[in-house]
Amino acid sequence: MTATAQQQTGTTVMTNVEAVRTTLHDALVRDDRVLIMGEDVGARGNVFLITKGFLEEFGAERIIDTPLAEASIVGVAIGMAMEGLRPIAEIQFADFIYPAFNQIVGEAAKTRYRSNGDYTCPLVIRTPYGGGVRGALSHSVSIEALFYHVPGLTIVAPSTPADIKGLLNAAIECPDPVLFLEHKKTYRSVKGEVPAGYYTIPIGKADVKKAGTDATVVSYGYNLHQALDAANRLESEGISVEVVDLRSIRPMDKTTILESVRKTRKLLIIHEDNKFGGIGAEISAMVAEEALFDLDAPVRRLAGPDVPAMGYAAPLEDEFMTSTDEMVEAMRELAKF
Amino acid sequence: MATTITMPQLGETVTEGTVAQWLKKPGDSVEKYEAFVEVSTDKVNAEVPSPVTGVIRELIVKEGETVPTGAPIAIIDDVAAGAETPAPNGSASPSEQVAASAGSSNAEANRQASDEPVPGGNVGLGGPAYDSPSNGARGGPPNTIATNNGANAPHKVIGHDGGSSPQKIITHDGASINGVRTSPAVRRLAREHQVDLARVSGTGDNGRITANDILAAAKAGPSAGVAATIGADNAEYVAPASVQRAAAPAAPPAAAPATAPAASAPKPPGTAKPSDANAQPGELIPLTPVRKIIAQRMVESKHTAPHAWTMTEVDVTNVWKWRAREKDAFEKAYGVKLTLLPFFIRAAVESLAAFPLMNASFTDEGIRVHRDVNVGIAIAADGVLVVPVIRHADQLSIKGIALAAGELIDKGRRGKLGADDLAGGTFTVNNTGANGSILSAPILVPGQTGIVTTEAIVKRPVVREDDAIAVRSMMNVCLSLDHRVVDGAVASGFLSDLKKRLEAMGPAGSL
Repeated sequence: MTATAQQQTGTTVMTNVEAVRTTLHDALVRDDRVLIMGEDVGARGNVFLITKGFLEEFGAERIIDTPLAEASIVGVAIGMAMEGLRPIAEIQFADFIYPAFNQIVGEAAKTRYRSNGDYTCPLVIRTPYGGGVRGALSHSVSIEALFYHVPGLTIVAPSTPADIKGLLNAAIECPDPVLFLEHKKTYRSVKGEVPAGYYTIPIGKADVKKAGTDATVVSYGYNLHQALDAANRLESEGISVEVVDLRSIRPMDKTTILESVRKTRKLLIIHEDNKFGGIGAEISAMVAEEALFDLDAPVRRLAGPDVPAMGYAAPLEDEFMTSTDEMVEAMRELAKF
Repeated sequence: MATTITMPQLGETVTEGTVAQWLKKPGDSVEKYEAFVEVSTDKVNAEVPSPVTGVIRELIVKEGETVPTGAPIAIIDDVAAGAETPAPNGSASPSEQVAASAGSSNAEANRQASDEPVPGGNVGLGGPAYDSPSNGARGGPPNTIATNNGANAPHKVIGHDGGSSPQKIITHDGASINGVRTSPAVRRLAREHQVDLARVSGTGDNGRITANDILAAAKAGPSAGVAATIGADNAEYVAPASVQRAAAPAAPPAAAPATAPAASAPKPPGTAKPSDANAQPGELIPLTPVRKIIAQRMVESKHTAPHAWTMTEVDVTNVWKWRAREKDAFEKAYGVKLTLLPFFIRAAVESLAAFPLMNASFTDEGIRVHRDVNVGIAIAADGVLVVPVIRHADQLSIKGIALAAGELIDKGRRGKLGADDLAGGTFTVNNTGANGSILSAPILVPGQTGIVTTEAIVKRPVVREDDAIAVRSMMNVCLSLDHRVVDGAVASGFLSDLKKRLEAMGPAGSL
């Protein structure tokens, strides 16, 4: 694998986890400033084997195993980024990110502002998030709503291999900190074609994954794939649902959402993160502000319940996760409203 | 082009209106949205804006005359039509012109009258309501009759029109017709495409009208419900024609717009004189709209709510002293007379909090306990009883109540009380003592559970607990209650609570 990647043509089918791995690998090859640091990213090759073999290939100076100290992982990475490197910090599970909250929110997000533009913080923080894998309390959480309130922070959550590649490349290029969220249940369950060669997908741009006329569904992560399944099932009933993949949580692509809502006049937002104060709340408010007179039905949300965590017991986890059947029902009701 | 202006429907239960005053005369030019007539349908006088810019050709209805809603009241020549129409200051008077044109050819007159932008020919007044600068002239937001319907304000209002349409439920936010909600998109599209919601059959859940239904109706053309008369925003408030008919069987059908303007002495149908047969003995005072409404509502209240009555005697010596001590400074500071009424209302809302069932409405579905405490105060304005409402009286101090009441009384004196001032009451306090009464048996405002009167304060020797005889200022407080909602125990509890609170008030308190 060399820098001639750009000359490759065609597409390759791969899983989400392979997309992360190959994109990181390409970046390490392409750009000497790129380095990866985190828990078990070196000798262990990451708990999902994303960085397997990287230590041998790129050496311990660029593939850095860290202690179990998230504040340090992000704090050190911030310093590296401000001094010209392109660190990719990994938080092994999003559930562990809390100790780094101050570094991310208090430091990284404010670097450019505080230094009046003298310093930027071109840092990528990657972390697997989300449930549905029987990971229980410490391996299932969604964290986007905790961070999306913070100006200065960019949050992306791509859900397909092609989007992961394009957005991870864009995140590495981004001169400011990017929180890069990977839904762990999609790691090996989602496959897709990935264009060869280097490319980026603009941050802040949603994608209409399925066109439709009767209702708009905005989602991301694992829920997006369920929503697509649900929408496809409803095709046989003559119900046409448009599915918008948010991809970037902040900045949010108002234009695409509003265009779709103005077309279908109905909106359902689905996310796994808790409903209260979640991404859906912001989207709902935005649509109410900008497109109230286009709405032909109340905005609906399907989201995680307001319980402190995803339980370990299977019934508890199933209860937390929105099922595809529930999505079908909600879409049907909305379309018929 | 001429526009026929019809009597607007100022509220969902209103079937007729009286031209109180013409603000323009024939030949005057009028701007779109400019008020040109004052219509009185009830306790509220509303100025009605012109839907077009033009020149008044004819005023069909005389001042003081009552006509059904929808009946033509005036003709306005649009500005564009000015060239075709003889100048209003020409030799013939405007009505002569109309008569002449009618005389020359009825067909011609009919054609002219129906020479309207859309089928139906009857340009109503509600069209521009959405943008209308004149609040009073809106097609009928919470209307005047809702004064008392408004007791149910935050909740559902059930039609009060003689029970002929009890199943029609119209939410007070105006967002539904026949219980079917209309979405913002539907209302916007209906307005843009001038589709009359009443004529669209919905294909959504429970027959809800969807945005696509509106687009389909607009595409299908006039026969499918494109209406000139009622803009969508109005349609939210104005019941569809079918409902009106059901709701007011006695109301005569509206005059066909094509014929009325041609009549030289237009006699709107439905105003037939009662006395063509024999002269009545003695003088007959015609019913004013206000008198009619009062009569209707009093009968309705007495017929539907079984009234029970109770009374207590309150020692208001200390309240009296308190008020006497504060009143001069208060009037100086706020320009409002400090009467005893705000003290009574304050005590009443505290008692209502302790007895929430007294702040409720009886409905067929159940007893609706209101969240808001909106206290109506009975005042005489212009010789007519009105009951403007102090909203959220429970959130106001005595001072706040005094200022709110002062504003309402002042508005009442100036005839400026609007529908909003009169709607939404949940309980009523009537200071009958101001007229010297020592005992009253008030009639409930329909939809409310209680009304208290505070009677004249008289100094009397009173035997106190320690057997001492003292001269005290005593006042009777009377309570009428809807016995369907509460029983004697609750009512007595409420009244003795009120008594306790009034007697506990004193000069040490804070306004």
